[in-house]
Amino acid sequence: MAEPLSQVVASMPRGRFVALMTLFLGPAVVVYTLFSIWPLIATMGLSTYTTDNAGAYRFVGLANFVTLLADSVWSKPFWNAAWNNLIFFCVHMLVQNPIGIVLAGLLSLPGLKLKSFYRTVIFLPTMLSVVIVGFSWNLILSPLWGVAEGALKAVGLGSWFAPWLGLPSTALVTLALMSVWQFVGIPMMLIYASLLNIPDELVDAARVDGLGHFRIFLHIKLPLVLPTIGLVSILTFVGNFNAFDLIYSVKGALAGPNFASDILGTFFYRTFFGNQLQLGNPTMGAAVATVMFFIILVGVCLYLFIVQRRLRRYAF
Amino acid sequence: MLKQRAQIAGVHVILLAYSLLAVGPILLVVMNSFKSRNAIFGSPLSPPTGDTFSLIGYMKVFHASLIGTYFANSLIVTLVSMGLVLLFGAMAAWALTEYKFRGSAALAIFLSIGIMVPIRLGSVAILKMLKTVGLNDTLTGLILVYIAQGLPMSIFILSEFVQQIPRDLRDAARCDGVPETRIFFEVIAPLLRPAIATVAVFTIVPIWNDLWFPLILTSSDSTHTITLGVQQFLGQYITDWNSVLAALSMAILPVVAIYIIFSRQLIAGLTSGAVK
Repeated sequence: MAEPLSQVVASMPRGRFVALMTLFLGPAVVVYTLFSIWPLIATMGLSTYTTDNAGAYRFVGLANFVTLLADSVWSKPFWNAAWNNLIFFCVHMLVQNPIGIVLAGLLSLPGLKLKSFYRTVIFLPTMLSVVIVGFSWNLILSPLWGVAEGALKAVGLGSWFAPWLGLPSTALVTLALMSVWQFVGIPMMLIYASLLNIPDELVDAARVDGLGHFRIFLHIKLPLVLPTIGLVSILTFVGNFNAFDLIYSVKGALAGPNFASDILGTFFYRTFFGNQLQLGNPTMGAAVATVMFFIILVGVCLYLFIVQRRLRRYAF
Repeated sequence: MLKQRAQIAGVHVILLAYSLLAVGPILLVVMNSFKSRNAIFGSPLSPPTGDTFSLIGYMKVFHASLIGTYFANSLIVTLVSMGLVLLFGAMAAWALTEYKFRGSAALAIFLSIGIMVPIRLGSVAILKMLKTVGLNDTLTGLILVYIAQGLPMSIFILSEFVQQIPRDLRDAARCDGVPETRIFFEVIAPLLRPAIATVAVFTIVPIWNDLWFPLILTSSDSTHTITLGVQQFLGQYITDWNSVLAALSMAILPVVAIYIIFSRQLIAGLTSGAVK
């Protein structure tokens, strides 16, 4: 069967087809290239330069990276931020995604009432600004206001309370849990959507065999949504390794106490823009951004080439 | 039967408890923003009564900050970015899915890099470039960056929607000799309306909530967005609990109102085939 589309396109003069494509694709490609792809490349370029006091650029090759990774003035805060970032990511993987899976599993139970109410309410924090969430929790956890302490006392755990955000040992994990609280809606929704896509016959067959809801979920549904869990994991990874807003709004650019909550995003900001302790250094900032780019790239490649390829075999 | 009922009750208890955990902190902040200082500290968990009701925090926020300007700036930046992301994104998605030409697959991959690679990492060069052309500290600069940031995801989502449009529809128009541009603007574009909700969740909400680019690209008070404006206000007035709670509530309430009005579409968009 001859397709009308190919006829129209084939009969169109070449010049007109090019003009049509330029009209449709031009604006998106130009803005995206100029303000997204080009800055990424230019930032990598800038990371191989240094500026003198007069502001003139001088090519230094990979010297900025050597400084960043080997000179202890730079490398100590860098590795501290990278390690903290890894902890921040692990908290999300161990708390946010399992809670998201459980909530999605419960919501997808057949015939559950009030489903849309729960979905709407649990997704609500995700819509808010990280700044607002950070400050709100900051107030709630503050010993000054005593709301968190009062809540713990009410259930007999008053002695557990501590100024978590202020202690070096707990600040980072507390911040990570605030972020988990806000973003748990995303894994929940994505996994819920893919649970709904599972064909009924599969579940019915298991029910006929006498399996309960829990075992159906564990043995049949969960393996089938593994590709979505993989997608959620890589989204979490990318989001966490360029996180910034939360730490900055709760703890400021210095990510206290004593850099205990410093992650790569705040380290990048301080290096690039400067703060009370140091002047801004755009070329070093570009070097930090380049390292962050490669960390994210490694994560995305691992996902694309290993996780997704493996999981696809089980996809329906 | 009894066991099953107990199970269902258990499920509701868990979901209800989690829902409370999700909205509790938001309710607490909003509730206390309408109370006097003594009541905020004296009985944080009780709603405002006739005795404790007070709007002093809100008045202070209006007097001490340009909250109206911030709000207008955010509205302009978000709406203009949204319009252009949707327009450019829909045109590109249509061209890439409808017409296959040499290099179209490569172009689709090129346009999807931005889904995974955060544009933030190019900030150093973006600031340098905007300074060169004099667009730093302007809303235009912010809008251009946000369009570039939002396009990859919206093209991805809109392509899925374009594919779902029945072939016959466009072919019927073609047989009538309607030009290609009119087919897109008059037949296809109106059909993409349901995609707006999904695009909004993934590209528009992050623009409204963004702190990074306003912090890096705008320096004067008159170009701050609401997120940055509130952040700086909160930093300055951290000891004035009335003002802090009021400023937080003013940032929360419009988003919550819009979310509640559109939640059905937003969630339908999220759970539809758009994101697999």
